[in-house]
Amino acid sequence: MAAVSDHTVGPTADRSARESARVEISGLTKRFLTPGGEVFTALQDVSFTVEPGQFCAVVGPTGCGKSTTLSMVSGLDRPSEGSVTVGGREVDGITDGVSFMFQADALLPWKTVLGNVLMGPIFRGVPKQEAHASARDWLRRVGLTGFEDRYPHQLSGGMRKRVAMAAALINEPKILMMDEPFGALDVQTKAIMSTELLGLWEQIRPSVIFITHDLDEAVALADRVVVMTSSPGSVKAVFDIDLPRPRGSVQEIRYESHFVELQHQIWETLREEVERAYARTAGGKA
Amino acid sequence: MRTASTTSTTSAPVADGTPSSASAAAKRAIRRRKVLVWAGRLGLAAFVIGGWQLFTTWKIVDPFFFGQPSGIAKRLVDYFQHGTEFGSYYSNIWTTIEEALIGFAIGTVAGVLLGVALGQSRYLADLLGPYIKIVNAIPRIVLGSIFIVAFGIGTTPKILLAAVLVFFVVFFNAFQGAREVDRNILSNAKVLGASRLQIIRHVIVPSALTWIVASLHSALGFSIVGALVGEVLGARSGLGLVITTAQNNFDPNGVFATMLTIAVLVLGAEWLMAKLEQRLLSWRPPSPSESSNII
Repeated sequence: MAAVSDHTVGPTADRSARESARVEISGLTKRFLTPGGEVFTALQDVSFTVEPGQFCAVVGPTGCGKSTTLSMVSGLDRPSEGSVTVGGREVDGITDGVSFMFQADALLPWKTVLGNVLMGPIFRGVPKQEAHASARDWLRRVGLTGFEDRYPHQLSGGMRKRVAMAAALINEPKILMMDEPFGALDVQTKAIMSTELLGLWEQIRPSVIFITHDLDEAVALADRVVVMTSSPGSVKAVFDIDLPRPRGSVQEIRYESHFVELQHQIWETLREEVERAYARTAGGKA
Repeated sequence: MRTASTTSTTSAPVADGTPSSASAAAKRAIRRRKVLVWAGRLGLAAFVIGGWQLFTTWKIVDPFFFGQPSGIAKRLVDYFQHGTEFGSYYSNIWTTIEEALIGFAIGTVAGVLLGVALGQSRYLADLLGPYIKIVNAIPRIVLGSIFIVAFGIGTTPKILLAAVLVFFVVFFNAFQGAREVDRNILSNAKVLGASRLQIIRHVIVPSALTWIVASLHSALGFSIVGALVGEVLGARSGLGLVITTAQNNFDPNGVFATMLTIAVLVLGAEWLMAKLEQRLLSWRPPSPSESSNII
């Protein structure tokens, strides 16, 4: 509910506004009580930092607590130990200036495309006319002009993702969290959506935490890749990706030699974890 | 289920040949099927009603106890032209409709409010859950007797009985609907900054609406049952009273005639309900069963 100008972290915004988009995760531990009454440690002492305006990808084997980390950054869940600070302030309750994009559709099926994009401004009490204008503007930016009155079920998977993207970005968040947002899309659509995401991100430059298990996607999009171990999840290594920006087409960057080099280097680290996670599940069944 | 709907157009199996002749053949097949269905329907009605008429004419079945279609028709005309001993037939119909509608409205509003509230609050649900189960286990028709003792034989007890019947149907659906909200949608709304009230208004209620509207169909039927049973138990006007009077006069034709009137009422109400459902749930993709019905 803070001043709206707080959320417009453009390239021209002053330093203090940008500092408020720094995410520091330190010593984050999360334990759950299993239905059997045992304590299950999902996350163990996770620490990493996302600099203001940085695109940070988190990769790791299935079930390493990536999504749990996100829900604690957004304030939907509380850590058992450790803390998350956003812009120097510790998270308790829903973090201000955050948007979330899920793997599954989080669109309201009973609202039109326009209605869905309008949710953010309406919840924040933006005047109706202003909200409508900005929703239409965002729909134009994601290339969905003319689809305002459709319902989500009338759209293709890629179009629904665009709506979700407009709905997430319309609040001009300081921090954008994405939990395998393109995981359910086919390969071609995924590449197109990733490229478009990069374009939009460059316009408003929020800090991004992007969860994926697709290493190519992580390297192509991110400035920083955090590799996590399998359960209990903890940070194994952090890689800085120094591919130049703007990166252009996600599809084409994959053929650059430096990309291949980085991808290979990270895969060496990740492979061990993936194999261990796989052996555990496979071994459990044998 | 969501992804398939965009491309699913219904088409009858296409025979060999040019597209135009194939589509003409398909149209003919559809028309022939329609004629067959309607012929079957009319035949069945003629068989049952005609059989009834003949059996009672031949005195194989005694028309004194079981009525006779021609007698029912005569009685119906008589009702509409000369009314009953409790005022015109129309006024009796209106009494029942009024009681049912008011009861339906009260029961629905109460059911939705309490259902959504309990779906939201675990504490309330745990607190009230067992009591609601107990009350639900009571055969609710019996409550009619209590209402009549307490409120006399005016319209109030009938409205209350209808409302109670409607309430439970709507309540359980609203409760279930409010609980089955998609977790992602809920988290997303929270992160976007929605307050508790905004979440209820924009997320929970519309989500529960699918369930609630589904319950309204049976609830509408129950509201009419409630009004009628209330009238049978004791009333000054209404179709239930017309039926009991006909019963006491050993007039099965009168009972059947009023039964027929009620059936028409319920069908009309169902039709209106279907229209309302279409409006409220216009965002829903056409269900596979609906689209296959077109063939």
